Amino acid sequence: MAFQESGHKTGTSRRGLLLASGAGVLATPLAAPALHAQAAPIKVGVVAVQTGPQAALGTQLRDGWTMGLRHLNNQLGGRAVETLVIDDELRPDVAVTKVRAALERDRVDFVVGVVFSNILQAIMRPVTESGTFLISSNAGPSTFAGRGCSPFFFNTSYNNDQVHSVMGQAAQDLGYRRVFLMTPNYQAGRDAMAGFKSRFQGEVLDEVYVPLTQLDFSAELARIASLRPDAIFTFMPGGLGVNLVRQYRQAGLANIPFLSTFTVDEATLPAQGEAALGFYSGANWAPNMDNAQNTRFVRDFEAAFNYVPATYAAQSYDTAMLLDSAVRKVGGNLGDKNALRAAIAAADFTSVRGGFRFGANQYPVQDFWLCQVVRRPDGKFQTQTVRRVLEANVDPWAAQCRMPARI
Amino acid sequence: MRRVGEGGFVNTTLLLVQGLNGLQFGVLLFLVAAGLTLVFGVMDFINLAHGVQYMVGAYLGASLAALTGSFWLGLLLALPAALVFGLVLEFLVFRHLYDRDHLSQVLATFGVILFLNEGVKVVFGAAPMQMPVPDLLSGGVPLMDGLLYPTYRLAILAAGLATAALLWFLVERTRAGMLVRAGATNAPMVAALGVDIRRLFMLVFGFGAMLAGFAGVMAAPILSVEPGMGDNLLILAFVVIVIGGIGSVRGAFVAALLVGLVETIGRGLMPDLMRLFMDASSARQTGAALASMLVYIVMAAILAFRPAGLFPARA
Repeated sequence: MAFQESGHKTGTSRRGLLLASGAGVLATPLAAPALHAQAAPIKVGVVAVQTGPQAALGTQLRDGWTMGLRHLNNQLGGRAVETLVIDDELRPDVAVTKVRAALERDRVDFVVGVVFSNILQAIMRPVTESGTFLISSNAGPSTFAGRGCSPFFFNTSYNNDQVHSVMGQAAQDLGYRRVFLMTPNYQAGRDAMAGFKSRFQGEVLDEVYVPLTQLDFSAELARIASLRPDAIFTFMPGGLGVNLVRQYRQAGLANIPFLSTFTVDEATLPAQGEAALGFYSGANWAPNMDNAQNTRFVRDFEAAFNYVPATYAAQSYDTAMLLDSAVRKVGGNLGDKNALRAAIAAADFTSVRGGFRFGANQYPVQDFWLCQVVRRPDGKFQTQTVRRVLEANVDPWAAQCRMPARI
Repeated sequence: MRRVGEGGFVNTTLLLVQGLNGLQFGVLLFLVAAGLTLVFGVMDFINLAHGVQYMVGAYLGASLAALTGSFWLGLLLALPAALVFGLVLEFLVFRHLYDRDHLSQVLATFGVILFLNEGVKVVFGAAPMQMPVPDLLSGGVPLMDGLLYPTYRLAILAAGLATAALLWFLVERTRAGMLVRAGATNAPMVAALGVDIRRLFMLVFGFGAMLAGFAGVMAAPILSVEPGMGDNLLILAFVVIVIGGIGSVRGAFVAALLVGLVETIGRGLMPDLMRLFMDASSARQTGAALASMLVYIVMAAILAFRPAGLFPARA
């Protein structure tokens, strides 16, 4: 599989190169001379899926970025910004072609965004090898947190393993002894179970894998009812989660605590509504976090886009603020990569999460929270922090990263 | 190693509950497959877009229910809307494809899928929508300790069985039904006998679209209403009509229940069954993988013995 994919990638990259060079020839007379580079806007490619069933997540990510720029008067560190939204269509080959075009034709200064890990895996090398900084504001695979870390890669969200392990720790803290696990049958699903079990020490009654295309959970729900666990843990992103949550409630199982990751969040809550009330989730941020930066972000975001932001939007907003602080630190001069990298790594901005700093592998070191779905006074649903589960948590892969001191 | 049955699936009550789940899923499949098999059988037309008609039905139901504030009004209005939508599609696209070969039909209807999946996103937004369960059916029946069987699911079962009975009556006992059966057997001959085959096609198509839309509305309160929601169901619907025999409503009914039962009970039983042969963790993954293959294995087995399906429409 990996071989096929890489073969495919070379094919598209050659085509991308051809296209890009063709476009380059056409664009030569218009290309801005280096002299005026200082005055030209900073170009940022925002990779966010805009088509297909997962488009809602990409929309959150894009709108979070837009909100950040609005608060910054469409400037990063005093320089004007031009945003290119790149729709990866959730297809790695498409993502690579479009990102290459953005790098070679549009000459973007930064690539940010990316909802899904498989897209990040695909564009990682094209971006970092071109000497461009890549900042993931959602996807956080272990690959680039450990041995595969790169000085050109930053992550402003989390490492996937952390989020699942938060729920393992939370189950432990809440005193649940017998837990039922259920995830889709693919890599991320297996990682979720492993992450949960890394901190949970009680008895795992059963581990159930369901197909990614599953619509009806009645068979699994009957099984849960017959086992009567203290709690269930699940990872069911997108529509899978909408179906599971509603059917779980309808089957009268809601008295069994529902622990989850990426299953009940502000992107799916409009469709889950009351069915998700009281269900638990693990996250690094929730809309109710009480700090001035967050209050302003959530209020203005809802006013502008008319929906409640999820972590995708919050992390994307933080990414805009991070870049603003970094460009300001280097005085708008993006030429010195080492200085720019140090400026990003300093993370000298106010995060909606309260504090924010990068670890040695350029992934965040941050707190994780147990969150619960609540209904707000205005009738909308959101997740809300219940308690801090992990404090200043470093992801489990950081120790394996040998980050070069200079680029 | 755990014994099979210890809190597992081999337990009579649980098996009954799973059977009921399987029947209910089968009935939902039947509503989608019935229209598909008629269109395929009578018109010899491969309509991949049948799944998006199910999706459009769900969207119409959810938005009309939200607009009117009532599930019942939503359902009542969504049915004619789905019918009209199907007829418009027939008029704009499908009508021009009847005389083309299957490849053109597959390509064109696949294009319709892509177009409509994006279309609903433009109109309704990318986030999944919800349709509330009507108050009248919001309760549950306790079937086993700790598990409620939602009344709404029983209602789906009843609605599906009623639809099946109605379809049986229409197809077997009315003049239009006789023409449909005749068309499934030999369409050119029906046309030669002076029946306006185009009008019959339109009728069948509109009815099929309405059935798919009905399935969509009924599924909306338990499944997430989102772009592409019909795509998974479409594959199973094709399995159903191939097992049942293309063009046969009776075949679709039997096959839909069979597929629903195999799919649901298989998913529950397979991991436990595998535990007899291997350790727990590999049994889980192998079982899950085998369970998702099971429907197709059953299809292959049935086709090996009855290549035209269980109840072939063409003798």
